[in-house]
Amino acid sequence: MSTVAAVHEPRAEERENYLNANYGWKSWLFTTDHKRIAILYIVSITLFFFIGGFFALLMRLELATPQGDLVSSDTYNKLFTMHGIIMVFFFLVPSIPATLGNFLIPLMVGAKDLAFPRINLLSWYIYIIGGIFAISAIAMGGVDTGWTFYTPFSSTYSTTFVVAAAAGIFIAGFSSILTGLNFIVTIHKMRAPGMTWGRLPLFVWSHYATSLIQILGTPVIAITLALLGLERIFHIGIFDPSIGGDPILFQHLFWFYSHPAVYIMILPGMGVISEIVPCFSRKRIFGYNFVAASSIAIAVLGFLVWGHHLFVTGQSMYASLMFSILSMVVAVPSAIKVFNWTATMWRGSISYQTPMLYAFGFIGLFTIGGLTGVFLATLPIDVHLTDTYFVIAHFHYVMVGGMVMAYLGGMHFWWPKITGKLYPEGWAKFGALIVFVGFNLTFFPQFILGYQGMPRRYHAYAPEFQVLNVMSSAGASILGVGYLIPFIYLLWSLKYGKPAGKNPFGAKGLEWTTYSPPPTFNFDEQPVMREEAYAYGEKEEVVG
Amino acid sequence: MADAQTTIVEGHEEIPHLQHHFDDPEQQFNSSQMGMWVFLLTEIMFFGGMFGAYTVYRAMYPGAFASTRHHMDTALGAINTMVLLCSSLTMVLAVRSAQLGRKKPLLSFIGITVFFGLIFLFIKGLEYYHKYVEHLIPGYGFQYPQQAYFHPAQILFCLYFVMTGFHALHMIIGIGLMTWLFIKAKNDTFTPEYYTPVEICGLYWHFVDIVWIFLFPLLYLIGLHLPG
Amino acid sequence: MHHPITSLKTYVLVWAALIVLTGTTWGVAYIDMGPFNIVVAITIAVVKMMLVAVIFMNARHLDHVSKLFAAAGLFWLLILLVFFLSDYLSRDWQPIGKMW
Repeated sequence: MSTVAAVHEPRAEERENYLNANYGWKSWLFTTDHKRIAILYIVSITLFFFIGGFFALLMRLELATPQGDLVSSDTYNKLFTMHGIIMVFFFLVPSIPATLGNFLIPLMVGAKDLAFPRINLLSWYIYIIGGIFAISAIAMGGVDTGWTFYTPFSSTYSTTFVVAAAAGIFIAGFSSILTGLNFIVTIHKMRAPGMTWGRLPLFVWSHYATSLIQILGTPVIAITLALLGLERIFHIGIFDPSIGGDPILFQHLFWFYSHPAVYIMILPGMGVISEIVPCFSRKRIFGYNFVAASSIAIAVLGFLVWGHHLFVTGQSMYASLMFSILSMVVAVPSAIKVFNWTATMWRGSISYQTPMLYAFGFIGLFTIGGLTGVFLATLPIDVHLTDTYFVIAHFHYVMVGGMVMAYLGGMHFWWPKITGKLYPEGWAKFGALIVFVGFNLTFFPQFILGYQGMPRRYHAYAPEFQVLNVMSSAGASILGVGYLIPFIYLLWSLKYGKPAGKNPFGAKGLEWTTYSPPPTFNFDEQPVMREEAYAYGEKEEVVG
Repeated sequence: MADAQTTIVEGHEEIPHLQHHFDDPEQQFNSSQMGMWVFLLTEIMFFGGMFGAYTVYRAMYPGAFASTRHHMDTALGAINTMVLLCSSLTMVLAVRSAQLGRKKPLLSFIGITVFFGLIFLFIKGLEYYHKYVEHLIPGYGFQYPQQAYFHPAQILFCLYFVMTGFHALHMIIGIGLMTWLFIKAKNDTFTPEYYTPVEICGLYWHFVDIVWIFLFPLLYLIGLHLPG
Repeated sequence: MHHPITSLKTYVLVWAALIVLTGTTWGVAYIDMGPFNIVVAITIAVVKMMLVAVIFMNARHLDHVSKLFAAAGLFWLLILLVFFLSDYLSRDWQPIGKMW
C-alpha cells in the first residue's frame, strides 16, 4: 500500500490540499474539516500547555529553597491547583485525541471525515469556552483547592473562584464527550472496504477505548462539579458534614471519573507508540490481538479501581482491599503492551529517528511510572507514601514521561503528513535528548523525596530535602528548554522545512498512501484495505 | 466545508439531506441513531452520579428518608408520571407519522407532546411552590417537624431539588427540540426516506421519561407503607 | 430505507401497560412488605423502562452494537452503585478474629 515518494511527485504547493483549499479566518473558524479542526486544537492545546507549564516553573522556583520565601502559602496553593487543572483538563485529556486523533482517524479508517463534522467543530468551541472560564478563574485570582476540589474546603471554606474553575471543567467535559462520541460512531460506521476490526491500526483501537472512557466517565465529573457548584452557590449541603453529608462521597464521585481519566490520558499515547515502534523496527507489531484487547481491558478495568485514591480517607477497609487488588490487575494489560512493543523490536531493524527516540523514552519512563503505581496500590505502602512527592513522581512519570513524550513522538511522526514539511532531524534528536534528561532530573529525585517523607502541596519543606529539590528545580528548567526546542524548529519547518513526500518514513497505514498534506476529502479515490495491518518486512523500504 | 443539502451520489439521483462524507442515506441514519444512543449513555451516567449519591444517603439515613413521605406531593408525582407516559406515546406516534409520511398527524403529535411537557413542568412548578411555602428548601429557612431527622432530611430535599431540577432542565431542552422539530416539519423537511431528526429527538424524549420512571418511586414512594 | 414500523395497536397497548404499572407501583407502595418495598418498586420501574426502551425507542430493532451500548450504560451505572455501596455498607464490619 505504501510507496516511497516518487521522484516526480508534484510539489505540495502546486496541489490543492486541506491547508490551501480556502483562505481567511472564516474558513478556519467555520470549518468542518477534521484536519483543520485538529490544527485549531493543536494551537489551543499548546497555549494551555505553556500556561500550565508556567505555573509549574513558579512552583519549582519556590521549591528551590526550603523556606516559603517566593510566594505565600495561599498563593502556592493556587499555583499547584491551577497547574493541575490546566494540565489535566485542558491539556492532557484532549491532547492526542483532539489533535492527532481528529486528524488521523478518518485517514486511518479510509473515510472522508468523521461521522459528525459539525459536532467536531462544536467540540472545539466548547473547549475554548471552557478554557475561557478557567482562564477567568485564574485572572480573577485563582483557585486554591487543589485540582481535586475536595469538600468541604471547596464547597464551604475556600474563598477563591471555585465555581468559575468548576464551570470551565464542566464545559470542557462536553467537548471531551463529543469527541469520544464522534470517534466511536466513526470507527463503527465509516471504515473503508476491507478495513475490518482486525486490520485497524492500533492507534484507532486505543482511541476507541479512550472514547469509551470519555463517554462513560466524563458525565460523572460533570454532575460532581455541578453538585459542588450548587453547594457553593445555594448552600445546599449534599457534602456538608454538619448536616450529615459525607465528604467522602464527593471523593467517590470525583475519582469515579478522574481515575479512568488517567487512562484517557495514557491510552492515546500508547496508540502512538504502537504505530511508531513497528515502523522504526521494520516489523509487524507483536501480538496485535493482545495489544488491541489490552486497550479495551484498560478501559474497562480502569473504572473499577478509583478507591485507591481513598485509601487513607476513612473508606471501608474491605472496599480498600478490593480496590487494591483490582488496581494490581489493571497494571497487567499495560504490562502486556510493554512486552509486545519490546518483542516487536526484538530482531527488528531499528532506526533511531526522533519519533523512535520518543518511543524509547515512553517505554522506559512509562514502565517506571506504572510500576510505582503498583507500589502505591499496595495498601500499607500507600499509607506511608500517600500525599508525598512519591505520588507526584509516579503520576508525572506516566503523564509527562509517558503521555507528553508520546505526544511529541506522534507530532514528529505525523508532522510531515500534517504539514507537508520535514523537521530538521538533528535539532529534533537534540530536543528529545534535552527533554529526556530534563524530565528525569526533575522527577526522579521526587521519588526519593517522597519516600523520605516530603509532603506534597506545601510551599516550604524541611531543610534536609533541599539538595534533591534543587536538582528537581534545575531539571525543570532544562525540561522547559527541552519543550521550547521542538516548538521553535517545528514552527520554523512550516516555512523552511524540506517538502515531505507521501511517506517519508516508509510506514504502513492508509494515512501514508495519500498526499502530504492531504487533500480536503483525504483521498483521491476510495481506498480499499487489502493487506493486514503493519505489513512491514514484506518489501525493503529505503528510509531517510 | 458546509454539508451539502443535496449530494450527487455517483450513478444515483440527487439525494436530499445526504451529507458529503457519508456513502448513502442508510449509513447516515445508522450513524445518527448510534450517535444518539451513545449520547444517551452519557446521560445515564450523568443522572447516575445523582442516583449514586441518593443510594448512599438512603442507605445511611433510612429513617430520615422515610419521614419525607409526609411532605411529598405523591399524587402530583403520580399524575406527572402518567403525563410523561402519555407524552411518550404521542412522541412515538409522531415518529410513526413521519415514517408514514403523514405531515398533519406528525405536527399534531409533536404539538401534543409539547403540551404534555408543559403540563409536566407546570405541575412540577406547583410542587416546588409547595416546598417553598412549607419551608422545605434546604439552606433557605429549612424547617422540619420531625426534629430527629432535621439534618439528614435536608440531604433528601437537596437530592429532590437537584434530581428533579436537572430532570426538568432536560424537559425544557426537550421542549425546545420539539419546537425546532415542529418548525422543520411544517417546512416539509421530513419524508419517509428522511426523518432522522424526528427519530433521534424521540429517543431523547423517551430517555427523559425513563429517568422520571425511576425518580417517581425513589422520591415520592418512600416509606408510604409505614405507619403514620 | 426500510425501518420496521410498529403498529398503532402495539404502541397503545404498551402505553396502557405503562399506565397500569404506574398505578400499581403507587398502590403497592402502601402495602407493608418490609425490605421488599424498594425491591418491588425498582422492579416495576425496570419493567417500565424496558417497555419504553424496547418498544418505544425501538431498541429491539437496533444493530447489535447500539444494543450493547445501551446495556453497557446500565451496567456501568450498576458498577457505580455497587462499588459505592461496597464502601458504605462495609464501614462498620468488624474483623472476625485474626486473619492468619
